[in-house]
Amino acid sequence: MGRKNSGAALFLMPSVLLLLVFFIFPIILTFCFAFTNMALTGAAAQSLEFVGFRNFINMFQDPDFRISVWRTLVFLIFSAVIGQVALGFILALLMKEKNVTFRRILGIIVIAAWVTPEIVVAFCMVSFFSDNGSLNQIISWIGLKPVSWLFSFPMVSVIIANIWHGTAFSMMVYQSALDEIPKDVEEAAVIDGATGFQILRHITIPMVKGSIVTNMMLVTLQTLGVFTLIYTMTGGGPGTSTQTLPVFMYNQAFVNYQFGYGTAISLVLLFIGIVASLSYMKSLKIKM
Amino acid sequence: MKQGKKGKVILAATMASLLVLTTACSSGKSNSSDGKQNVTITFRSSGSEDTLTKYFKSGLVEEFQKQNPDIKVNIAPILASEGDYTSKIVLQLKSADTAPDIVAEDTSIIKSDAAAGYLSALDSQVGGWADWKDHIIENLKAGVTGEDGKIYGIPATTDTRGIWYNKELLAEAGIAVPFKPASWAEVLEAARTIKAKFPDVTPLNLIVGKSSGEGVTMQTLEMLLYGTNDTLYNDSTKKWVVNSPGLLDSFKFINQVFNVDKTGTSLQVALNGQAGSIAFQQLFPQGKLAMAVDGSWAGSTWFENGAAPIANVQDKMGFAPFPTQNGQAPGATTMSGGWAWSIPEKSKNKEAAWKFMQFLMNRDNATARVIAEGALSPRNDSTEVTGYTDRTFIAEAQEMVNTAHFRPANDQYATVSAQLQSIVESIATGKLTPEDAVKQFKDGVTRALGADSVEEK
Repeated sequence: MGRKNSGAALFLMPSVLLLLVFFIFPIILTFCFAFTNMALTGAAAQSLEFVGFRNFINMFQDPDFRISVWRTLVFLIFSAVIGQVALGFILALLMKEKNVTFRRILGIIVIAAWVTPEIVVAFCMVSFFSDNGSLNQIISWIGLKPVSWLFSFPMVSVIIANIWHGTAFSMMVYQSALDEIPKDVEEAAVIDGATGFQILRHITIPMVKGSIVTNMMLVTLQTLGVFTLIYTMTGGGPGTSTQTLPVFMYNQAFVNYQFGYGTAISLVLLFIGIVASLSYMKSLKIKM
Repeated sequence: MKQGKKGKVILAATMASLLVLTTACSSGKSNSSDGKQNVTITFRSSGSEDTLTKYFKSGLVEEFQKQNPDIKVNIAPILASEGDYTSKIVLQLKSADTAPDIVAEDTSIIKSDAAAGYLSALDSQVGGWADWKDHIIENLKAGVTGEDGKIYGIPATTDTRGIWYNKELLAEAGIAVPFKPASWAEVLEAARTIKAKFPDVTPLNLIVGKSSGEGVTMQTLEMLLYGTNDTLYNDSTKKWVVNSPGLLDSFKFINQVFNVDKTGTSLQVALNGQAGSIAFQQLFPQGKLAMAVDGSWAGSTWFENGAAPIANVQDKMGFAPFPTQNGQAPGATTMSGGWAWSIPEKSKNKEAAWKFMQFLMNRDNATARVIAEGALSPRNDSTEVTGYTDRTFIAEAQEMVNTAHFRPANDQYATVSAQLQSIVESIATGKLTPEDAVKQFKDGVTRALGADSVEEK
């Protein structure tokens, strides 16, 4: 037994070591740097000083930060919770027990967006929404005037882009969950005279609740970190219209060279992620 | 057992090869195997057609190496946008393993990098170099002087800013050409005249979109502010001036153009990160833009090898000095920026680096570079070199160097500039009144830099 354990430990060593070096250690460092005046250039770059909670005090007084938190929540709720999670579920539900060819074709179309790298997705969406882009071409066929989507509806544009990119993941999670519901349960409900909606509400959803919560958590964490997509499509603008926390953090750290401030913002982002995960996990435990 | 041994061998081999790999990665050897001194020079490249890279590869390096057989020059451009270049360079300068021996520094960041201890002071070197005193334009030296008063770079290129205008449109609207506005009011008046005469033409393009970055601060706000009686930074008290009549008037000018007269660019263009290119490559050539406040380099877009060539461009377009607020002396104002060559503190061959820098900055080599790049020369004797002044618009632009102002000599500039960029955008989009803008600027800078770094006038 002891021998077996030490063997396992030996094999785990490399990955534990990697985690420590490349994950735990940077997180601890980030935590420390958030309380310093660390800067990429300028006098502060030479003399790293502990500044206590100054970065955090500045942050909460900064109207741009409050705007960014708000934008992040809007982006999160519409593109992750409502968009990906709900749309993914509907897609999976509609595809359930359909013809295999149909499932395959639709599946490939949806998954194609998911396997595309984020930067490519961003370029595709820029060309879709741009002034001479596909969307304006399409609406011109029905006689509508072109709209500058990225300028007039920047948040809607990035939300749609993120939904398009991410929905496949939720769809796949739900597909496998739905496939595992034993047929006899639903058949019994049908015999008892339940309507389609009743079956969905009282049987299907409760049975895949675990998957819903897990998926919600994963999608939330993924969406909180979305940077490439927004930065490429709008750069956080126009103005601060799409400046979510990751974009705000990047601007502070790499455009204003205020690393200490940037890392403090990243801690807040981490904190939001932890709170969201914990609340999902809690709901998972209580309801199941 | 046998298996274990084999595993150990594999492990050892892997470790060893890793070691070899990491050793190979660490560059920055100070000397070549043949005993020559290495000088690595780093600058920003814009791609395979980069002018500066071509300039170095045109035989310049060979010529220097022939004169100095004990030195080997390595060209190490960084392919990046201007903003990314600054971050990348800073990270390289932090370590002796990656620091080049000569680095191109934008004059907007050089004071900051000097304060961070990344650059070495060149005072003793320039003391023994006669050209520094005799030929480098005096006015430009402020741009490469650190907060401690030491010299941290040799200016290599410079630029000025003014009003680009379409001569035909202005003449047709009844405005005297060459255009020489004497005050802000005359600029605003000209814009209103254009608007009344040609409703389809954008009268005046100002860079106001945050996505244009530093351009907002330098090409727009500072061009206005340094034509008033106030400045952004008080050199004697070393404090940021966060509230002054001049600042309020500058904000009012922007508000007037975009929200009262509505003579500015449509916001959709103005807020686009490509606003400058749209103005110079599309709107100006199509006759849809009358005036634009921008840098001296912008007109090269219309040259034969530019992005949007215009035939006989000197007859169609003009470059006018930007007036001071009420015409107060010296009548016009401009901001100058540009690039300098610096020697990193962590360079291992500073002596050889200085030799190459002197070679680069001699009259002919320095002038050849600015001709290739369409920039202005930091040397007062470039005008003697054939091909320098006969370039279109250069005489006008060079003339402006004499009234040039430089950005504040303070390492917090980037922070203040970022605040201004978002405030100017908010004014132009009508989200902030000029008065509220001053208040927001004051609060923002005070919060970021502390109350002892700011003052009001």
